[in-house]
Amino acid sequence: MRIEPRSKVSKTLIISVPILSSFAALLIAAIPISFAGANILQAYQEMFFGVFGSVFSFSEMLTRATPLIFTGLAAALAFRARLWNIGAEGQLYLGALLSVVVGTGYFDLPPLLLTPVIILCGAMAGAVGMAVPTFLKVRFGADEVVTTLLLNFVILIFIQMMLEGALKDPMGLGWPQSSPIVEEAMLPKLLPRMRVHSGLILAIVCAVVVHFMLSRTVWGFRVRAVGENAVAAKYAGIPVHRSLFMVAIFSGALAGLAGVSEVAGLKGYLTADLSPGFGYTGIVVAMLAGLSPLGVVLAAIFIASVFVGADSMSRAMGVSSYLADLVVALSLLSVLVGGFATRFRIVWSKRQPGDNG
Amino acid sequence: MGKVLALKGLSKRFGSVQANEAIDLDLNKGEVLALLGENGSGKTTLMNMLFGHYLPDTGSIDVADRQGSLQPLTLGHPQISLTKGIGMVHQHFTLAENLNALDNIVLGTEPLISFKRNTGSALKKLEKIMHETGLFAPLDVSVGKLSVGERQRIEILKALYRDVRILVLDEPTAVLTPQEADDLFDNINTMAKSGLSVIFISHKLREVLSFSQRIVVLRQGKKVGELVTNKTNESEIAHLMVGGGVKSAERETCTPGKAVLQLNQVSITGRSKRDSLFDQSLEARAHEILGIAGVSGNGQAALASLIAGLEVPENGSILIDSSEIEKPTPKKMIGAGVGRIPEDRHHEGIIGTMNLADNLIIEKLDDQEIQNFGILKRSKIKTNAAHLCKSYDVRGPGVDAEARLFSGGNIQKMILARVFEQNPKLILANQPTRGLDMGASAEVRRRLLDARKNGAAILLISEDLDEVLALSDRILVMHDGNLIPAETRDRAQIGLLMAGTAA
Repeated sequence: MRIEPRSKVSKTLIISVPILSSFAALLIAAIPISFAGANILQAYQEMFFGVFGSVFSFSEMLTRATPLIFTGLAAALAFRARLWNIGAEGQLYLGALLSVVVGTGYFDLPPLLLTPVIILCGAMAGAVGMAVPTFLKVRFGADEVVTTLLLNFVILIFIQMMLEGALKDPMGLGWPQSSPIVEEAMLPKLLPRMRVHSGLILAIVCAVVVHFMLSRTVWGFRVRAVGENAVAAKYAGIPVHRSLFMVAIFSGALAGLAGVSEVAGLKGYLTADLSPGFGYTGIVVAMLAGLSPLGVVLAAIFIASVFVGADSMSRAMGVSSYLADLVVALSLLSVLVGGFATRFRIVWSKRQPGDNG
Repeated sequence: MGKVLALKGLSKRFGSVQANEAIDLDLNKGEVLALLGENGSGKTTLMNMLFGHYLPDTGSIDVADRQGSLQPLTLGHPQISLTKGIGMVHQHFTLAENLNALDNIVLGTEPLISFKRNTGSALKKLEKIMHETGLFAPLDVSVGKLSVGERQRIEILKALYRDVRILVLDEPTAVLTPQEADDLFDNINTMAKSGLSVIFISHKLREVLSFSQRIVVLRQGKKVGELVTNKTNESEIAHLMVGGGVKSAERETCTPGKAVLQLNQVSITGRSKRDSLFDQSLEARAHEILGIAGVSGNGQAALASLIAGLEVPENGSILIDSSEIEKPTPKKMIGAGVGRIPEDRHHEGIIGTMNLADNLIIEKLDDQEIQNFGILKRSKIKTNAAHLCKSYDVRGPGVDAEARLFSGGNIQKMILARVFEQNPKLILANQPTRGLDMGASAEVRRRLLDARKNGAAILLISEDLDEVLALSDRILVMHDGNLIPAETRDRAQIGLLMAGTAA
């Protein structure tokens, strides 16, 4: 058995591998589900109907997918330029924080203006959150994997401090939560009596915009060039550092928007458990999507389906909802293996003649 | 003279490339055999199969044991090849720079755990080998401090210390000055007389003709000829190598014009003396090819980075068309009309995972020709690319294909298209034909001469002295960060300058 690189990778392979990998993950996940004592077919059926069984469950899935699209885009864009932004979680909280500061009535603005201001401020806060580690990388060579990752914890602790102090809701019965964003500033709901909100539309628009910028503009050309071969990009006169900064700002802004969308679209106020790791799951989404911005939308929907479906499965079957995390982890692993399979192929052949040893 | 080695029908395929196809080769005791072929003709692959690095798809190898009878060799195991008396000196040395020569040589031959090292007997054995072969190298200095020639001698001593009876040398002269190369071949002949069989890989006709007894020529993975050296000549071998005649470029006479590039006492301090330029000045004029000869690693990289705009000089000035370029960047240099052909075309010249059309526009992203308000004109870019591919004869899977899928020669033609399309005033050609086959090399040289005729100044940096001699109007020799004008076109004289030993 030998492993050889493929000289050419077909389009069908590129598209089919993530889909097949996702199914493979579901197949492998059947083993622990059966260990948990559930009927596998019934479990997957519950999972499926937990997402596609009703308009409500479907809308819940979309609600869950919304922040994942934002953080997935943040990761995909940065990774395209080989800027390893592991800090989407922290940038999300920064975006949420600033939108709460602006949106809870400190600024007296007409509601029509307040929503865009909140969105912009949240994006800016996220952008700053990524610009700082990028500055440290460019100026001092600090590894952005480490700085962005550690900043997540710094930011979360800062949020907790603010929620116990300056931003604590006086009407909140002592809970560590912020005052609510004024009603008029909230992102409008998409369907009556459902939680899915216009943040989803914003997320999809962002995906289309990022796709267009990467594939059709000079800006995106520079980003791709820097990511795919920084040495050649520099040789060709592309400003490598400036391109990295631009990517950092947009990537951070997208992660910040995830925070805005959660606070101003869903929760209404900020708590320290706003995100159950959306920033980290965004990395999985981006990888699953092969760093394609439009693919991010699909991957986010897949992962949100797994989460929401597994929730309803665990409720119906009495198995742990941690199985959802397991399926997500398995699908990431499958996609990584699948990605290897697209780049290489395995040649089965016996040892060569003449080799008697 | 008995046979010591017989390769029978060796084939090896890498993906879609048939690197070697049914190659037979015999080697006699005490013979110096040259394995000749263009880059990519399969020389190194064949030798790597002999040494056990690669497992052949088909075929077998017989090696003589100590008594001289041929025995089949177990394939795919370097350790076994080594114990059967086959040694290989790679083009890129495999020495530990922080250890001294003696440690490098005995490395791997000593028991892993022992309380006392017995270097005395090793030293005795090595001194005997050095006296017999004439290969002398300082044994107690760390290898990092030694010159390239000395390192190569250590590599060979390393093989001889393991009692090899068959020595394979992969492009042994690539990094040597002409004099060092001649010395090396003298040593090889001495060793051959005492019974060692040598195969050396080369693509330099001159040394193959002067120093081998028999020549095996490979082309596109096949053996296309086996010649006795003193019964053949250069043109016959060249014909076999290329499989058809290749016109060499004709150099017309041109009168040099005004100075296009002026360097005034420029210094760059690199990581080592070899990456540095010390207070150097030069002038390249229109209608002129200025050749920079020298063994690589003598400051050529610093000079090239300077002209490419990658390095800012610590002092001194760069003038293009008499106007100074302050704080040069690649963009400023391109803007000033400098076309740059990089040394490492795969790494610096192209972005392998982007398509060919994208690679053609990468130096002119601000140009209104290819963009409108920051939005790429995709169909225009594609038609331009197709047009350029046609006029520069870039062949491969098409303009939409990733650049990495093109062969080295076609990548270089693509870079030429990108550079020459801008009608540069000054062309930096850094090792422009390295690794290219004869056809592509001839094309590159022809384009350079055309540009010279059209009024460009060309700075040609090349390790290939024959190329520098053939193309240049004036020659500077680079040694240890200094540029020395060559007064004559005499190979030996230039060789001495390259070694830094001329007065």
